[in-house]
Amino acid sequence: MSDIDEGLRSELQRQGIWVTSMQELYNWGRKNSIWPLQFGLACCAIEMIATAASRYDIARFGGEVFRPSPRQADLMIVAGTVTKKMAPQIVRLYNQMPDPKYVISMGACAISGGPFKQGYNVLKGIDRYIPVDVYIPGCPPRPEALLHAFMELQRKIDEQKLTGAGKAEHLDPDQPSEFPVPAFGGHDLEPAANADIFRPMKMERNQ
Amino acid sequence: MMESLEQIKSQIESAILGAKIDIVPNAGPSQQSSLLIDNGHARKVAKFLRDHPALRFDFCTNATGVDWLERVVTKKVKVKKIVEGTEKEEEETQQEKIPGYLEAVYHLYSIEHKHGPIIIRLRTDDRGEGTRLPSLTPIWRSAEFQEREIFDLYGIRFEGHPDLRRILMWDEFKDYPMRKDYREPDDYEYEPTPHDDVLEKAKQHYAPRPQLDGAENITAQP
Repeated sequence: MSDIDEGLRSELQRQGIWVTSMQELYNWGRKNSIWPLQFGLACCAIEMIATAASRYDIARFGGEVFRPSPRQADLMIVAGTVTKKMAPQIVRLYNQMPDPKYVISMGACAISGGPFKQGYNVLKGIDRYIPVDVYIPGCPPRPEALLHAFMELQRKIDEQKLTGAGKAEHLDPDQPSEFPVPAFGGHDLEPAANADIFRPMKMERNQ
Repeated sequence: MMESLEQIKSQIESAILGAKIDIVPNAGPSQQSSLLIDNGHARKVAKFLRDHPALRFDFCTNATGVDWLERVVTKKVKVKKIVEGTEKEEEETQQEKIPGYLEAVYHLYSIEHKHGPIIIRLRTDDRGEGTRLPSLTPIWRSAEFQEREIFDLYGIRFEGHPDLRRILMWDEFKDYPMRKDYREPDDYEYEPTPHDDVLEKAKQHYAPRPQLDGAENITAQP
C-alpha cells in the first residue's frame, strides 16, 4: 500500500475507482469475520454470552458466529477460571484450531489465576501454555470490556503484514502453531509452565 | 418434634447389640451436637436411623470430612498424694497426647417427618494407613459423590462404596489437598503486593533486600 500516494488514492476514490492492496483486503476480511470458539469456563462466560446477545451484540463486529468446533474457529476466548484439570483440554483445543488463530484471556482468573492464585487446583494464567494476544482484566469484565478487547484484536489483525521481514506469526514456518499439552502429574501439571513462551514478571527487591 | 440426641443414642444402643455411640458435644451457638458411631456397627446404625418409624432419617444432605492433626491437650487432674504421712489432694496438670485421625461427618434429615438435622460422625484409626471407613452409600445413595469427594480431598477409603475414584482432581494426583499438612506445589509467581503466607513464599524466591547503611533516612535540611 505504501507504493501508492495517499493523495492520488483519495483522488481516484473520488472518481469512483477504489484502489487497495491484497494485504489490506485480506486483513479487512479477516478482522471482520472473527469466529470465536464456543466454550466458557466460569462466570466470565456469562458476560461473554451477554456480549453475544442482542444488548451488546458482538455481531456488529462480525464475531457472532460462535463455532462449536475448533476446526472452524479463529479466536479462543478463555472466559473464566482454568483449573489444572481443564488446562490440557484448553491447550489441545488451541492446537486443533487452524492458523491464523488468536487468544483473548478474559478476566483475572484466565490472566493469572485471580482470587484462586494461591490455591492448588487453579492454573496461574493460561499464558503459561499458549500465547495470548489480548488480556482483559476484571472479575468478571463487563461486556464493553470484551468488545474493547475484540476491537483491539481487530486493530492487531489489521496491522499484520503478509510479506516482508515483520510478517505475521502464522505465516512464519518457524513459528510453532501447536504447543505441548501438559500432562497430569502426581502433584501438579507437568511441566508447570511452557518455558518457551511463558515469561513471568520478576520482582525487583534490590532497589 | 425430634427426640433428643440422648434418647436417640439409647434407642440405638438398645436396638443394636454392641453398638458404641458417643455424643460429641458442640458448645457453640448452633448447639448441634453429634453422634460418634463405631465403625463396626456404622452401617447397621445408619440403617436403623433410616428405617426406624419414629426417626426415618431418609435424606442425607451432606457428607464431609474433617482432618484432626495430632494434638496435645492439657488437663488439670486432682491427684491424691501422701505427703508426710497424711493424704492430700493436689491439682496436677497433665498433658495428654491425642493421635491424629480423620472424620467423615453426615448430616441427616427426615423428609417424612420433617425433622432434623442429626449429625453422625465416623472416625478413622489414624491419619496414615488406617484411613478406612465403612461407606454409607448403600444406605443413602446421595452420599455417593460426596464420599468420593471426601476420598479425593481427605484420603478416606470408604469400604463398600460402589465406585470410589477421585472426583475433582485427576486420577494421577497423589496428594489429599484438604488435609492440614498438605503443601501445594511451589510454582510461585510475581505478586505486586505480597503479604502473609505469600510474602513468606516471595522471600524464598528472591534474594533478600541488601543491608542498608542508614543513609537513606537522612533527609536534606532546607
